[in-house]
Amino acid sequence: MMGLVCFMPLAEAAEDYAASRARLVTEISQDVIDTSAYIGKSALDERVMRVLGTVGRHRFVPPHLQSSAYQNRPLPIGYGQTISQPYIVALMTDLLELEADDVVLEIGTGSGYQAAILSRLVSRVYSIEIIPELAKSASQLLQRLGFGNIEVKNADGYYGWQAHAPFDAIMVTAASSHIPPPLVSQLKPGGLMLIPVGSPFNVQQLTLVRKSKNGELTTRQILPVRFVPFTGKH
Amino acid sequence: MRASATAGPGPPLFSIALISAAALAYEILLMRLFSIIQWHHFAYMMISLALLGYGVSGTFLALSRPWLKGRFRAAYLVNAVLFGISTLVCFLLAQAVPFNALEVLWDPQQPLWLILIFLLLFIPFFCVANCICLTFSEFSSQLHRVYSFDLVGAGVGALAIVGLLFIVMPGTALKVVSALGIFSAAVAWWECRMKPRWPVLVFLLGVGAVLLPANDFSLQVSEFKGLSQTLRVLNVEQIDRRSSPLGLLTTVKSPTIPFRHAPGLSLNTPGPIPEQLGLFTDADNLSVLTRFDGDLGKLSYLDYLSSALPYHLLEKPGVLVLGAGGGSDILQALYHQASHVDAVELNPQVVDLVNSEFADFTGALYELPGVTVYNSEARGFVAARRARYDLIQVALMDSFSASSAGLYALSENYLYTVEAFAQYLQHLQPGGILSITRWIKMPPRDGLKIFATVVKVLEQAGVTDPGRHLVMIRSWNTSTLLVKKDAFTGSDIDSLKAFTRERLFDMIYYPGITRTEVNHYNQMQEPWFFEGTSRLLEPARTEFMDAYKFNIHPATDDRPYFSHFLKWRTLPELLVLRGRGSMPMLEWGYLILVATLVLALLASFLLVLLPLWLQRRKDTRASGLRWRFLVYFPAIGVAFMFIEIAFIQKFILFLHHPLYAVSVVLCSFLVFAGLGSLMSARWHERFSLFSITVGIGMFSVLYVLLLPGLFDWLIQLPGLIKIPVSALLIAPLAFLMGMPYPLGMSIVSEKLPSWIPWAWAVNGCASVVSAILATLLAIHLGFVFVVLVAVMLYLLAAMVLRQEPGLV
Repeated sequence: MMGLVCFMPLAEAAEDYAASRARLVTEISQDVIDTSAYIGKSALDERVMRVLGTVGRHRFVPPHLQSSAYQNRPLPIGYGQTISQPYIVALMTDLLELEADDVVLEIGTGSGYQAAILSRLVSRVYSIEIIPELAKSASQLLQRLGFGNIEVKNADGYYGWQAHAPFDAIMVTAASSHIPPPLVSQLKPGGLMLIPVGSPFNVQQLTLVRKSKNGELTTRQILPVRFVPFTGKH
Repeated sequence: MRASATAGPGPPLFSIALISAAALAYEILLMRLFSIIQWHHFAYMMISLALLGYGVSGTFLALSRPWLKGRFRAAYLVNAVLFGISTLVCFLLAQAVPFNALEVLWDPQQPLWLILIFLLLFIPFFCVANCICLTFSEFSSQLHRVYSFDLVGAGVGALAIVGLLFIVMPGTALKVVSALGIFSAAVAWWECRMKPRWPVLVFLLGVGAVLLPANDFSLQVSEFKGLSQTLRVLNVEQIDRRSSPLGLLTTVKSPTIPFRHAPGLSLNTPGPIPEQLGLFTDADNLSVLTRFDGDLGKLSYLDYLSSALPYHLLEKPGVLVLGAGGGSDILQALYHQASHVDAVELNPQVVDLVNSEFADFTGALYELPGVTVYNSEARGFVAARRARYDLIQVALMDSFSASSAGLYALSENYLYTVEAFAQYLQHLQPGGILSITRWIKMPPRDGLKIFATVVKVLEQAGVTDPGRHLVMIRSWNTSTLLVKKDAFTGSDIDSLKAFTRERLFDMIYYPGITRTEVNHYNQMQEPWFFEGTSRLLEPARTEFMDAYKFNIHPATDDRPYFSHFLKWRTLPELLVLRGRGSMPMLEWGYLILVATLVLALLASFLLVLLPLWLQRRKDTRASGLRWRFLVYFPAIGVAFMFIEIAFIQKFILFLHHPLYAVSVVLCSFLVFAGLGSLMSARWHERFSLFSITVGIGMFSVLYVLLLPGLFDWLIQLPGLIKIPVSALLIAPLAFLMGMPYPLGMSIVSEKLPSWIPWAWAVNGCASVVSAILATLLAIHLGFVFVVLVAVMLYLLAAMVLRQEPGLV
């Protein structure tokens, strides 16, 4: 497959990827319908699905995995990091309830794919990556692909990005034993922060932190699928 | 190589002992090595299947018997040398295979890598098994002696590798094992009186000596393990690395981007987290050493963890911390003005890191006034301790990633059983509190199982209303359960409410709680914890536990699998949702065990039947005996392993230290069984095989009945005395267990000699299958059941041969 792609004319390859992407979006939409009882909705935000269908995931994975880029699964991107499963990316982006004029902070740039998706939905994305090599490559790639409203820096995400705070939404994809208080303070009243919890290839649960208009904080533990442990009369 | 010999050399017994020692050491070492570079559940699978090399060897030799006739010594030497070389080379190749355990369900290529690793690891076991089986066939009249040296060697190997791993790094130990393989070839050359004697001997010894290590080689740790990921961060450096059989400890400094390990820290935390050093066990499982300069004010963050709750209900308590690790729980106790802290830590190297290597950093925490550290296993410490405490803290010992992935499903854990909690409660002062903190899993599993366990313990202690003795809270990712010796008071509840409110923690349960008080700050889809705990306090709680989609029935000492949560009936639902986020709920450890059993059964079936089918017309003698052997050898193979595994577990509760228990019990079993084998012919002159197996059954049942009481009586003995006591207890049982196999083999050798390799193959396969099966049976039915099955199998075996006149 890899070899075939290399010898294909550029336009044809792009068309091929677009078709694969469309299939992926259809697959995710069908997944959502199939598991609507578990997810609590029969469709994700239409804008999110549209963006998922336009951003080329194959650009964000290593060359030898480009043929797998449109399979609905996480992929390794080097440095012990992964690019998330598209289904989970869609779900997480949907949960943030983004508006077009929002400013979003992302902790854990990784390949840059999640930032690219976010950037097509909001006005500006600031992304912090802890691994210098990844920060550099993601920044260069995003620039090359024309995602002009994303800024990436290599830093400690724990302290957020004070210069651009407050943020309408924050997505923390880096592992942490607790929710960093500086990030909470950089979240706008009414804003949402999402923290996926789990191992590199498996998101176990999503923690959604909501800061109310008057600054009160609540967290919601969300399973990617609402798996109800009680059966029968219980 | 031109091999010639003078007439009449006997079997290479010392070589057999040496190579068996190396093989068993290699097996234990592989588990250690793969736990470091990968994760231990896959290591278990790969090594179990690789051990089928013993079975394949029997089949291979059964098929190549005519060709091997007259070539024993050359074949033995080639296999011994190959074993020595392949132990090292095959591991180095295996660790270079790009297998990623985390991707198995996503990437269809991963199982293929797994098979490649299995094939590589299989080679050394195949070679060593060839050596032993060749010797059996060649010296069938001395089979009991050969078997005896095999067992005794393996027993010594089990003990020696544990000792070696305290002295050298695992990579270095692998080189030692490899060298032992070559040395065993040299010993065989000597014992078999092969010529030219000295040049080859010197050459083999030289090769072995070259392999003997000057230094460690680097292990290729998975890039997805916590340590690998941390080392990617700017300016991170490893500042200490030490290893023991309890794990590889790596201490890491990250000056630019600090560790901030504080599980479940409240969003309302006022103070920063002090500087920390990362402490990784087996390149994962992060815990930390925290900088402490004597200023308790810098530790205010520790008051904002869910585990701080008991300190708000007790005044200057005397505290016992079980699982002290890097010392966070001790610092928490000191911050809250504990009058005294006793801390129990299993790993002496962790204690040394805190007290010596990084004493300046940690403030030599374990040596502070008011703090006493005990290097001991927590359960054993409590059992042997007479002191009582105001607070017993069972620390958050496992890491979140391992806990959430179900990696502990197969690990016996005697800290969270009904009997353990009963002991903890007995060690509380009046008004004292037992506190247990766990990671929160979604949907709830750990928390509810502990709650169910405690309710059962309180009821067994005669408490009429257990609910009055319990409170439970949760942060966004940890839960803390408090069990009070007396009922909680109104002021306790007021303190509880204030504590949770100030920290944005949620109450799960307190006596009198209502539904409107739960699920406020850290909201779940439904108040599952509240629902669960309420149901578990109702008389019909068994029905609730049965109906729950995960196993939350309390663990017991007989079924000590606290972390086994998966129910078979939930599996289809989880599998349907596997690509949509349910994978973490699939309990890897357990599923891999089942998969390994299926594969091992299939392989064994083929390995056992293949030579039978091929030889079906070749040997028409004693055809009536065949079906008896078909029952006899699998039965005694399985029964031996069942009893050995079950009694290792029983003795863990006596010796308390899992490492010492496994090595002492395994060594005792193998060595005494070896002696039994050696004496088998002589004993058989006085006792029938039937009497011997009845003796095994009687001892086994007697031990099942008497050991718990005997252990209670002897629990106060010093550890060094407990070891010989254990060996003495095991001796008679193991001695008898060493006899059925060589006695059966002597019948084979007399009546049906071509079946010797086949009987060896059966033994090899039975060892693999029964080890897995024993764990599965213990998970579902308990270790007592495992022993009883073994007794039945021994009796069945004896009955089968007894029916053939003149045999036994």
